[in-house]
Amino acid sequence: MTLLALILVPALAAAGAYAHREAAYRTGWLVGVAALHLALVVAVWLAPPAAVLGGWLAVDALGLVVLALVSLLFFVVALYTVGYLRREDPRGGRAFVSCLLAFLASASLVALSHHFALLWVGMESTTLAVAPLIFHRHDRRSLEAVWKYLVLSSVAIALALLGTFFLATAQSLVAGAGRPLVLEDLVAAAPRLHVAWLRGAFIFLLVGFGTKMGLVPLHTWKPDTYGEAPSLVGGLMAGALASCAFLGLARITQVVLAAGLAAFVRPLLIGFGLLSLAAAAAFMILQSDVKRLLAYSSIEHTGLLVLGLGLGGVGPYGTVLHVINSGLAKVLMFLAVGNVVLATGTSAAAGNRGILRTLPVSGALLLIGLFAVTGSPPFGPFVSEFTILRAALAEGHPWVAAGMVALLAIVFVGMAAMILEMLHGERGSAGAHAPESGWLVVGPAALAAAILTLGLYIPAPLQDALVRAAAALGGRAP
Amino acid sequence: MAQLEAVVLILVIVANFVTLGTGRLTTCIRAVALQGFLLGLLPVVLHAGWSLHQIGLAAGTIAVKAVLLPRFLLWAIRETAIRREVEPRVGYVASLLLGAAGLAIAFAVAGRLPLPEQAAALLVPVALATVIMGLVVLTTRRKAVNQVVGYLMLENGIYLFGLTQTERVPFLVEVGVLLDIFVAVFIMGIVVFHINREFDSIDSARLAELAE
Repeated sequence: MTLLALILVPALAAAGAYAHREAAYRTGWLVGVAALHLALVVAVWLAPPAAVLGGWLAVDALGLVVLALVSLLFFVVALYTVGYLRREDPRGGRAFVSCLLAFLASASLVALSHHFALLWVGMESTTLAVAPLIFHRHDRRSLEAVWKYLVLSSVAIALALLGTFFLATAQSLVAGAGRPLVLEDLVAAAPRLHVAWLRGAFIFLLVGFGTKMGLVPLHTWKPDTYGEAPSLVGGLMAGALASCAFLGLARITQVVLAAGLAAFVRPLLIGFGLLSLAAAAAFMILQSDVKRLLAYSSIEHTGLLVLGLGLGGVGPYGTVLHVINSGLAKVLMFLAVGNVVLATGTSAAAGNRGILRTLPVSGALLLIGLFAVTGSPPFGPFVSEFTILRAALAEGHPWVAAGMVALLAIVFVGMAAMILEMLHGERGSAGAHAPESGWLVVGPAALAAAILTLGLYIPAPLQDALVRAAAALGGRAP
Repeated sequence: MAQLEAVVLILVIVANFVTLGTGRLTTCIRAVALQGFLLGLLPVVLHAGWSLHQIGLAAGTIAVKAVLLPRFLLWAIRETAIRREVEPRVGYVASLLLGAAGLAIAFAVAGRLPLPEQAAALLVPVALATVIMGLVVLTTRRKAVNQVVGYLMLENGIYLFGLTQTERVPFLVEVGVLLDIFVAVFIMGIVVFHINREFDSIDSARLAELAE
């Protein structure tokens, strides 16, 4: 019942939020539902419930990590939304709050699905729920961004459905392969599944979910979308939506690895990972807009995720840990940048100077975020990126390790150059001094604390979940 | 029934080539509507039974793919006064050749793969060919309406493939109907915001605004 509640509560709340006209009531409703969802996730973590709907909905370590991350990030974003809608609220924020809650419902569905068609339904709903959020400002630039996003995502999601059909075909060709498209049965029967169809399924699901994650060369929607969407939506997409898409890819990887196709899958994942890392590093240098910079940073992190997944060894452990760390760091960056944009009205780097003086709290958070998101010690992403690096060395890919280090260094320089100049620099004319609302800084401050904590030590229950998730993805604990 | 099925599938391919070879938007929409109607017939033709599930699937498919969406599209081109495709990225003859190549590839690929037993030998290659031709239309045409037509073809191909699994996996094909939501959203976008080309003609002066 708890599993169903995790999906149904936000879904019903989305309808409830739309019914209410009072703006203050609606944001209170949003925060309340987010808190309830988080409480339910904690309950599920403490006492994992049995699978429901014939095994279609279930919790395992990997799904639980993603679910907890999504729920936590959503709660932070919900707090931020209270402050945000007070400042920038062109249309009463009615659809805005409903779409946020619909996103939470569909992301929870993705995290809990152990059935590939149901997982696909969840991915499709996240795509649709996010679209109106990107279009929040209702101007031409955001229209162009949302159109680009929808065109690419819709084709990707269609190809992912074809991949799902291929998977069903691979399973249907062998007798007694268990319940159709149920993850556990697929993994159990994996060695007997038809190899050619299974490969086809992997390719199409990689393209489909890879586009949603923003892997190069399927990333073209990302800079435009993140650049135009409100910062909190960008953060939610970079932190939560990308993690859901990664989970989809991880699920099919689970099946394909169980089928003994590691030699086919791993080079593909490593290749896409390095390509994304390289393209992100190259384009970062050229950026003049801080939100687009964050989009490329997000592409870099998705690259790291698939790279770690492809390396094997301790790589999957690093990847699952990096899902959490990069998710927290990306949302921290987007929310801190969001405060800057709210104060100065522009996300162009040239229009934002001397942030540390005009917005001391957000500026400090941005500085912490910069070091966290680029994987500097002592923050969490350093630990996970270092684990992925260790995997590259231990599994016999020294050139991959060398390339990764070089590209991460370029990324650091590219990001630090823009953000440090924004933080210090001469005070620009646009840099009006604005009081920083508590709603707008409490969330990112909590995230900064969490990232620092995860860099110093990993709590035992989390460590346990990470080890089990890594084992499911063909990895081991470091 | 096998002959009837072959006729239906060949007509599906013909509809693909019609869309590939013309710039008249109404023709493209009618062709894809015809394709939707043929797709609706298939569950009944393929499985020869008259179960409630098959009739429901057939009726639903025809209602959405052959009636609702095409009418919606025709309404959209009336509202926005778009008649023809202008300067497609790839000419019509070249698109037809691409389509033919796609058809050959689809048959070659399907010939090398083992097919689910209840699937007709024709169904899988036709499905794959429709997917490829849909992608060709989607990527070579500039008018948003035509891209929606391409997307519908892509979806129809996926639906065809899904028909091989209807008996075994419940709700799988039905799930594909969710893709039609995108189509509806796109058509709404075209009408409300007069999106003529993919996204660049919203205002041609601002073509490069979001370019790299």
